[in-house]
Amino acid sequence: MATILTVDDSASMRQMVAFTLKGAGYEVAEAADGQEALQLCQGRRFNLVLTDVNMPRMDGISLIRALRALPTYRFTPILMLTTESAADKKAEGKAAGATGWIVKPFNPDQLLATIKKVLG
Amino acid sequence: MDLERFHQTFFEESFEGLERMETELLALEAAGEGAGAVDPETINTIFRAAHSIKGGAGTFGFKEVADFTHHVETLLDEMRAGRRPVTAEAVGLLLRCVDCLREMLASQQAGERPDTAQAESLRQALEALRGNAAQEAPSAVAPQAEAPAGGWRIRFRPLPHLLQTGNDPVRMFRALAELGELTVRCDEAALPAFGELDPEVCYLAWELELRGQVPRREVEEVFEWVEGDCELAIEPLGGRGEAAPETDAAPAGDATEAPALGQPRERTQSAPAGVSAQRRPRAQAGSIRVSIDKIDALINTVGELVITQSILGQIGRELEGVLGPQLEKLRNGLAQLERNTRELQEGIMGIRMLPISFAFSRFPRLVHDLGRQLGKQVRLEISGEQTELDKTVMEHIGDPLVHLVRNALDHGIEPPEEREAAGKDPVGTLRLSACHRGGNILIEVRDDGRGLDRERILAKARERGLVAPDAQLSDAEVYDLIFQPGFSTAAEVTDVSGRGVGMDVVRKNIREVGGTVEVASEPGRGSAFTIRLPLTLAIVDGQLVRVGSQIYVIPLVSIVESLQMQAGQVNVVAGRGEVYKLRDQYLPVVRLYEQFGIEAEHTELAGGMLVVVEGEGRRFGLLVDELLGQQQVVIKSLEANFRRVEGVSGATILGDGTVALILDVGGLHPAARQQAAA
Repeated sequence: MATILTVDDSASMRQMVAFTLKGAGYEVAEAADGQEALQLCQGRRFNLVLTDVNMPRMDGISLIRALRALPTYRFTPILMLTTESAADKKAEGKAAGATGWIVKPFNPDQLLATIKKVLG
Repeated sequence: MDLERFHQTFFEESFEGLERMETELLALEAAGEGAGAVDPETINTIFRAAHSIKGGAGTFGFKEVADFTHHVETLLDEMRAGRRPVTAEAVGLLLRCVDCLREMLASQQAGERPDTAQAESLRQALEALRGNAAQEAPSAVAPQAEAPAGGWRIRFRPLPHLLQTGNDPVRMFRALAELGELTVRCDEAALPAFGELDPEVCYLAWELELRGQVPRREVEEVFEWVEGDCELAIEPLGGRGEAAPETDAAPAGDATEAPALGQPRERTQSAPAGVSAQRRPRAQAGSIRVSIDKIDALINTVGELVITQSILGQIGRELEGVLGPQLEKLRNGLAQLERNTRELQEGIMGIRMLPISFAFSRFPRLVHDLGRQLGKQVRLEISGEQTELDKTVMEHIGDPLVHLVRNALDHGIEPPEEREAAGKDPVGTLRLSACHRGGNILIEVRDDGRGLDRERILAKARERGLVAPDAQLSDAEVYDLIFQPGFSTAAEVTDVSGRGVGMDVVRKNIREVGGTVEVASEPGRGSAFTIRLPLTLAIVDGQLVRVGSQIYVIPLVSIVESLQMQAGQVNVVAGRGEVYKLRDQYLPVVRLYEQFGIEAEHTELAGGMLVVVEGEGRRFGLLVDELLGQQQVVIKSLEANFRRVEGVSGATILGDGTVALILDVGGLHPAARQQAAA
């Protein structure tokens, strides 16, 4: 089964995402900010990275940029969690190499539907 | 799925977020209004906290909170982008919003609907501040309901870099196939000769036919993420002759964006601005939240384990001489058990420890608000906020600390004019500090105000009959009088410090967790309250003493010394009962057997064993029959299992299974007993 990394500085969001994905049979790892996520990614290969945008230490956009610079993550789907009001963030994320986005707030079903879209 | 299981975490992190917002907002205020001086990371931190609360509230269905936070976030976002100056007015308003959010979240947590009246008025204030520029941009375009009967012809030509966005045409086609009947025709015209083929570039284009009644919006959604990364035309099937189909052909994504392959992308990046400005270590990394009940249950079990271990140890000693060659093995096993038990106990105690910053964090705001209210200028200095102590102990000292800080501001620190007249800095200083000292935590609340007024305290105490009119008291004894019930010298009762119901309650609360509080003061220079607390409520280092057939535990921290009394030094002083003269100091003597109504071997003071103890600034002696060993004992609450007993703080079970009472030294002093009886 695919392994997914969820990155969010909010513990409740992380828990919700992880719980939902695990319930659907995915293996899930968690990171609280971009820096932590990048470290995890340097050590192993995830099939999908799901990242929040606004985070301390390293934000989501910088994380995406850093991941795309890693040889192992050039083609990995990376989705960002954004709010509907942040259209410019989507563009910024895309320019950094994001695959797509999930608009917050979302419910578990929407999350799974989107994940399915990239993991098939 | 039931999202309720995440609510608790959401509330906890939201309250933490609000605290962070508050701290940073106050920091902004302290930094002054100079827009240039604002640290962008400060605003960023505040913004992130608001953003997380909004996101979580939206996700977990707290709509009112999400809506209100959205307005707060909008203002913060403008500040963050430098479009809005950081004014004192804005900071003040944001602080009020933080308070409002805290209340809203608290009601949500309690399962009530939040009061939105305040939120509404604050929202208006926020919009007024933003000059009514608050019109939200209408969200994108209305979805097109168009769904032609035949279906869609889709021409899809990815730009060469599309694969590197992590998007995969095959997945998109699979998604389309779920919408209707799909035929795919691949255009491989652009495919180069094999030798020139770059495996990372997308050379293919496709023409797709999707049959079925599918809304255009759903087709567009499949390609939503690759907008700008491809040429895309979507037109209704069958309407062949129709005029120019709307093509979104012109790619928005400029080709220069696509990195030339083989040319490595930039690996190193300039560190994002936020990295260096991270000031506080975050407790979050790799942590989990566990309910405190679970930990308490563990602590209790470990306490039992410690007792069992000491019972086994005792049996082991008794078996010496009986067991022969097996003894060595048993002894080794017991020693290992003891070591492991101790490590386990320390480890689990450690889980309950929190940095005292949790208790200190509310003071910047409190001092700020109170200083304003009282017209005093106060600088708050906090140190040692990383000092750790038990969560329960921390909960018990919250209120006493607030009281001490309020008092210091209200009565201690003088108004600016008065300070200037006295040749002092018009800005008063309030210091909160914490440190470890021995097995204890010392917390100090120190101000540089006017100090305690010895004469007024003494006059008041005489008026109340707390002190004999002719009694000669040391400064320390006089200052200690403020902890007497019902004692207040404030010239006028203010709504800040209340009406003198405070200091005795402060001492009582602190004593409940086995701590002490003392005061030192110097006229014109200020006062210092020192709170001494045990690190944990679960164990105590004790001296075992025997009185008759009973064994009592005296906490080691309160023992000054032990001695055998000399006949010549025993006296009876009028009004103070029996005293023992020790190096020019007269110590009141408490006969423990009388206190607890039991039989003792020694009823004569002369020649008897005296344990000199100190509690809450008072030194006195306890008459016991015999000193036994010292050991760490596990505290069992007497109150929870029996009832509160004056002079006893708890009980423990010794290695041989007997129950021993742990003495509350502060409560054994003759004066304390009189108060309790009164």
